[in-house]
Amino acid sequence: MEVFRYKKPLALMSKSRRFGMLSITLVLLSLALILTKGFNYGIDFAGGTLVQVKYEGKAPITKVREAIASDKTYEGASVTFFGSDDEIVIRTKMSSKALGEDIGDKMRTLLKDTGNFKVRRVDMVGAKVGSELREKGLMSMFLAILGILIYVSLRFEWRFAIASVMALVHDVTIAMGAVVLFGIEVNLDTLAALLTILGYSLNDTIIVFDRIREGIRTIKNPDLGAIIDESVTQTLSRTTLTSLTTFFVVLTLFVFGGEIIRGFSFTLLVGVVVGTYSSIFVASPVLMWLGFSVKDFREKEAEKLKREKEKEKMRAMYESGTL
Amino acid sequence: MKTLNFRVILFAFALIFGVVFSIPSITQSESGKKITLGLDLQGGLHMLLGIKSEVAIESRIKSMAATIKYLFDDEEIIFDELRMVDGERIDFELLDSDDVKKATALLKKELSGITLTQNGMKFSVAMTPQEVTRTKQNAISQAVDTIRTRLDSFGLAEPTVAKQGTDKILVEVPGIKTQADEQRIRELIARAAHLQLMAVDEGRDARVMAMSPAEAKSYGDVILPDVATHRKYLLRAIPILDGSMLTDAKVGFDKNNQPVINFSLNGQGSKIFGDFTGKNVGNRMAVVLDNKVYSAPNIRERIGGGHVQISGSFTLPEAHDLAIALRSGALLAPVFVEEKRSVGPSLGADSIKASSLALALGFVLVIAFMFLYYGMAGVVANVALIGNLFLILAIMSLFGATLTLPGMAGIVLTVGMAVDANVIINERIRELLHEGKSVAKAIEDGYNNAFTAILDANVTTLIAAVVLYAYGTGAIKGFALTMSIGILASMLTAIVGTHGIYQWLLPKIDRKRLNFWFGIKTEGAK
Repeated sequence: MEVFRYKKPLALMSKSRRFGMLSITLVLLSLALILTKGFNYGIDFAGGTLVQVKYEGKAPITKVREAIASDKTYEGASVTFFGSDDEIVIRTKMSSKALGEDIGDKMRTLLKDTGNFKVRRVDMVGAKVGSELREKGLMSMFLAILGILIYVSLRFEWRFAIASVMALVHDVTIAMGAVVLFGIEVNLDTLAALLTILGYSLNDTIIVFDRIREGIRTIKNPDLGAIIDESVTQTLSRTTLTSLTTFFVVLTLFVFGGEIIRGFSFTLLVGVVVGTYSSIFVASPVLMWLGFSVKDFREKEAEKLKREKEKEKMRAMYESGTL
Repeated sequence: MKTLNFRVILFAFALIFGVVFSIPSITQSESGKKITLGLDLQGGLHMLLGIKSEVAIESRIKSMAATIKYLFDDEEIIFDELRMVDGERIDFELLDSDDVKKATALLKKELSGITLTQNGMKFSVAMTPQEVTRTKQNAISQAVDTIRTRLDSFGLAEPTVAKQGTDKILVEVPGIKTQADEQRIRELIARAAHLQLMAVDEGRDARVMAMSPAEAKSYGDVILPDVATHRKYLLRAIPILDGSMLTDAKVGFDKNNQPVINFSLNGQGSKIFGDFTGKNVGNRMAVVLDNKVYSAPNIRERIGGGHVQISGSFTLPEAHDLAIALRSGALLAPVFVEEKRSVGPSLGADSIKASSLALALGFVLVIAFMFLYYGMAGVVANVALIGNLFLILAIMSLFGATLTLPGMAGIVLTVGMAVDANVIINERIRELLHEGKSVAKAIEDGYNNAFTAILDANVTTLIAAVVLYAYGTGAIKGFALTMSIGILASMLTAIVGTHGIYQWLLPKIDRKRLNFWFGIKTEGAK
């Protein structure tokens, strides 16, 4: 089977302004969402307690809410269904330092008249640990981007590095916007998903850039737009196929993987789509806007080649004893 | 047919290695190295504990004060009183200026790790910063040892207790069945287990219910509550002896068949206990545990031999846990919870079911898709993908790595991304075939052209995964680990493995049947 076969390169770069506008709009919308609505930090980062309770049969959610409201300490606690209607999750900002009777045990006592249930999970994070985890999370994001920037600069050229980092900032921002929009709880696994998007988005961008780098050497037309069009068209098939397999796999994770990792798989799902889009429509145009010059690059490459040849010549001369 | 090339042999070895070493994990056999399931998959308790190390400092200062008092009394140096300031230093003033030299020399000789400030006859004794650090570290490592001993004696499978960072303790206990059990374990860990035998202040105890703590202090007494009733006791503040002289503690039964704890004292403890009981016949002696009075029996006669009994209103499990706590010794400083995650075994089982289903479905989808789209080339890629899965399991088994729920997600994700390398290669080969190259040339050039792209793409993803591993905690580390192993394994299976398979199959590949082999219809047959 073969779906993507183009005799002529697609004219993508001539439409780059339109895609640029779309990307800028999406990024700005995401930033606005993040700044106004803000993240719904889960207990990993905000501190607090989460108690997951499974009932035999349908969970009596109103009774549970009443039982919890009867204790003033848990004011502001939220009770929601979790995955199915026999399972609920209670979230409170409270955390207890006591090892003996903790909030999970107290909830068990509070709920004892609401029916037959089992406490399946109690997660508690102190406020101090929460802020430590948040700092660590931001730090890891920053370090990953830095590492990638350095690697791409070494393997390609600094403009490629800037363009790829812009593409991945674009992806992560939009993914975060989606997380805010859909009220997904931000926990450690959401952070892991964002870091994975970072790697994935880059993976995609690099494949396209690799082709562009090759195109610069082999394609006669010195116009960067044309080279990009041709290279992107050549990799379009791969980009789509890999994205599809990854997308379907993440989709099975989202649908069948269980409620606990739904935030993780949702974030990834958004990331795969945005990451694919950005490698074609964001990274490459940025390369153009940054004023990447095919001529300069070729001259530099030619010079490098010349220097290497000269070196070899010298060595040959040295070895044959003429120098 | 061409003889086997080195690539296909290498791949075959990798595959055999993968299968052999992942078998123990897949069958969960008793022998052999295998993957351990994370607490989120098998159920259990994960806690990060902090420690109030300032309490350890305070008690060091307290014992220093006791030593100073003993030394000065012994040498007949007169002073006003010892004042503990902010729990970090001891101030006192000498009353005779002739004693200054003697006192200074004595303190310097007998106490280590202190700084001594002297102004006229005013003295101030504090711990040096190094001594403070040492004491804090000591409190942590002692807590780690104590908690480990307690959990081990409780009889649970493989609990983990380890110091984390400079001031935290990681506790992981797998295989807890109910929440009540979990609570019991937490209480056992938290138990200070500070045992004291104290004399009742018989002259004033009758007035205890109306007495303020300040008044009690002025007599050198403390007021402590009874463990079960509302009764309070007035006790001499300086104990007769404490738990440090205890050698053993066991659960026994009294004549009413109620559980009690019998404990034995060491030589010094037995002597002190014998002397005290001998001198105080007719008075009461309180058995105090964690500042609660368990019993305060009358002393009928001198008790030698150093065997003492704590009776109280224990249930049998309580008595059992208490005996463990007493045997393991007291915690130098109390611990508290910074982070706690507990998962019931049924939820863990559900998570395994759900993520395995996702893995299986994702796997089938990808395999079917690759076959449909690429024909035999897809099958070759699928062989590599299967090899990749086994390799991940084998490497994780060999390292005894922990598989967490995010780790499962990492494997699922790897399945989606591992075919990427083969997609890139297959696309390159197809391009070259369309250009009319021979099959052998198309395969060789295809691999050469694809290599840099695959390398660069994988290294960048690996950078993100490594950072995640370095900065992640707990379950997230598992995700980063499976991702990293998956990336490395896929480089081996997808680049080396499939290349070898093509070289091996090459003589069979017919240029006329490209649709079967590579899933394309091309006109330029040569």
